[in-house]
Amino acid sequence: MSAPGGIDVRLSGITKEYPGVVALGGVSLELRAGEVHAIVGENGAGKSTLIKVLAGAVPATSGSITVDGQEFTKLTPALAQSLGIAVIYQEFTLVPSLTAAENVFLGHFLKRGAVLDRKSMDRIAAEQFARLGVRIDPRVQVGELTTGYQQIVEIAKALSRNARLLIMDEPSAPLTAAEVEAMYGVVDALKAEGMTIVYISHRMDEIFRLADRVSVLRDGQYVTTRGITETTRRELINLMVGRELSDGYPQRESAPGDVSLRVSGLTGNGVQDIHFEARAGEILGFGGLIGAGRTELAELLFGAKPLESGEVTLRGQSVVARSPRAAIGHRIALAPEDRKRHGLVLEFSIQDNITLPHVAEFAKAGVVDRKAERALADKYMADLRIKAPSPNEIVGNLSGGNQQKVVLAKWLSTAPEVLIFDEPTRGIDVGARAEIYRIMNALADEGRTILMISSDMEELIGMSDRIIVLREGIQQGVLAKEEITQESVMALAAEGEIV
Amino acid sequence: MKSMLMGRMKDLGILLVLVVLVIAFSILSPNFLDPSNIFNITRQIATLGIVAVGFSFVLITGGIDLSVGYQISVNVVVTGMLMSQLGVPWYLAVILSLVLGVLIGTINGLIVTFTGVAPLIVTLSMMMILNGISYLVSKGLPVFGFPREFSFLGQGAVAGIPVSLLVLIVVWAIGLFVLNKTPLGRYFYAIGNNVEAARLSGVPTRATLITVYALCGLFTAIGAILLLSRLNSAQSATGAGFEFSVLTACVLGGISVMGGRGSLFGAFVGVLIVGVLDNGLVLLNVSEYVQLVIKGVILLTAVIYDATSKNSAGRRKQIGGVSIFRQGAKAAA
Repeated sequence: MSAPGGIDVRLSGITKEYPGVVALGGVSLELRAGEVHAIVGENGAGKSTLIKVLAGAVPATSGSITVDGQEFTKLTPALAQSLGIAVIYQEFTLVPSLTAAENVFLGHFLKRGAVLDRKSMDRIAAEQFARLGVRIDPRVQVGELTTGYQQIVEIAKALSRNARLLIMDEPSAPLTAAEVEAMYGVVDALKAEGMTIVYISHRMDEIFRLADRVSVLRDGQYVTTRGITETTRRELINLMVGRELSDGYPQRESAPGDVSLRVSGLTGNGVQDIHFEARAGEILGFGGLIGAGRTELAELLFGAKPLESGEVTLRGQSVVARSPRAAIGHRIALAPEDRKRHGLVLEFSIQDNITLPHVAEFAKAGVVDRKAERALADKYMADLRIKAPSPNEIVGNLSGGNQQKVVLAKWLSTAPEVLIFDEPTRGIDVGARAEIYRIMNALADEGRTILMISSDMEELIGMSDRIIVLREGIQQGVLAKEEITQESVMALAAEGEIV
Repeated sequence: MKSMLMGRMKDLGILLVLVVLVIAFSILSPNFLDPSNIFNITRQIATLGIVAVGFSFVLITGGIDLSVGYQISVNVVVTGMLMSQLGVPWYLAVILSLVLGVLIGTINGLIVTFTGVAPLIVTLSMMMILNGISYLVSKGLPVFGFPREFSFLGQGAVAGIPVSLLVLIVVWAIGLFVLNKTPLGRYFYAIGNNVEAARLSGVPTRATLITVYALCGLFTAIGAILLLSRLNSAQSATGAGFEFSVLTACVLGGISVMGGRGSLFGAFVGVLIVGVLDNGLVLLNVSEYVQLVIKGVILLTAVIYDATSKNSAGRRKQIGGVSIFRQGAKAAA
């Protein structure tokens, strides 16, 4: 299972053309054995295509890949695997109904004669998980695990195939701070063993924490490669976007008004006895580890899961919701964590997604007034700067940032007083992130109450007026603005756990 | 835009199949294009076409209703006995028949929505139950002897146009209206594409799903009445196998069994193909058993095409399975 030394890989003039689109235009890159090589770029910069070419999932139109001195013009998935190239994609390749150990060994089960050797598989898988700093029962069904743990299984699976070049596509995106730290440890250990690692990420802090060198792609073109010590965050961001962009979080003169939302004794869906108040114009952050109950709390407030007990009031009125529809009626909105599965109907147009919650209001004598719908969609596309040819564009074709803006447009059109954002910028590139933050601030300035769940510590600290920290479904404390530090959040979030 | 264009091309492709079939049958059988035969076909497809509207709705929500065939059986037997044995006036019997259809559909919808059991299994069970009920009610005997006025619905004509064709046209107009112009139609597509996103967007998923099965029952009852009127007799076997003809027509017409996609225009072409095929094969004296094999092969081909077309393959990966096998659970959650 140990990495048998990494591999040198050289990409020369890799070009990938799709009809009408040049996804990669002559990218040349050198990956050295035993280095952590970060690749950064906005969505659409060509990172995903580059990964697919390296993994043999798509053939390059031209160019070659040299692996340990052997030149290939075309890789197949099988060939790439035999060369020791493994990819941790953002979308996992796990079978939910199989156990963690079975997933790790999927395709090369250990056997004793003709019988599966479950004991050995369980033992080895458990060792792998321990090495990744996480305790996962090897016999648990993968479908029962949270996204974060599933990813650990995915990484263990790649390692069990003697990977020598591990390509990690935004591995930290679904992880909480503690898990990210554990994952950094794994990357360091693998690097020490000589593994070559390609690390794709949007997050500057982890690139500077992990990478030896960093290459920048922009619009399918190779821009440059820098040693990590020779560059700065600001320079990288400017190289990625091709223009000057302010780093960090937009400043906001926060002036919270009266208490709007009051939650008391909220219990159900894995959370217990949650109490808090949120003010109009406030961004109230929710911190905690994966499984801390933050998403579950949001589901309760939004009526997506049944409440066992507790009271929720908005400006004095009870707004306990028995369904999302009821919550929307109470002027509560939820931009969910998994926007592709829960936030949008991907096959629907921008327009149809925006009007979905209140399409009935567009009906005159039973007929939906498409002109009025169109006018509304046009308005939000302009207001939120949704980049698409028209409101008829299918949402599945948009970038993550634009998809999230469609989710926001949908909710803004319901005139919510309380907006719950669950991981508002996950998988969204730098430029669009800044816009999402700007929109969130503007909404708070309008006097709406914003609840924001985030596992991105910088984002949580940068955006929140106050932070409530949960752990194992129980509220650990509320941090006022001046008390918020990475340490104070983590101290509450991870008490008793190894960070 | 692109997908719309592709959808249109798919519609045109299936239209081409229809044209080829018509040409082939008119060459092979001199009687095929005879006006009386055309008249015949329109009456024969009336029931199929009407049931296909409700069935398409259900498919678009990601469900399926396999019980439509025996819904027809129960409906014709009950309605027939109301008229012939209980002396209920025909118009009242028609109304009761529609109520019965909505009732059966609503039961399907309630079970699918509140238990989370796959629509395929729920309606398959319902199919057996209804089959049994139809025999219990009729005691296995044919039912006949209806008022003369009643036969006008399925056999009569107004200004040379068969009444059943007129009913078909009205039902199709209603179907098109509901699907394309009303919030309900939008909900059907939203639920079929992503029931959880729809629910979290405030779509009343439970009410919509119950409604869709109720509507399917209503349309099936309308089709059953026309069939009863045309045949002038009813028995428990009347609707047997009908679900597969409807499924074939809808899937041929591009209504995806995975939900969320398809148009009534396509389904209508599918109905015409099945109708022409039924008629043409009989004209050519093809044996009933051979007909079964042909129809089975056509259904299989259409379903395979649906499942392997590029769009569907991507969708299946995305949503993690054929939705008719799992949709209810989420809607009920």
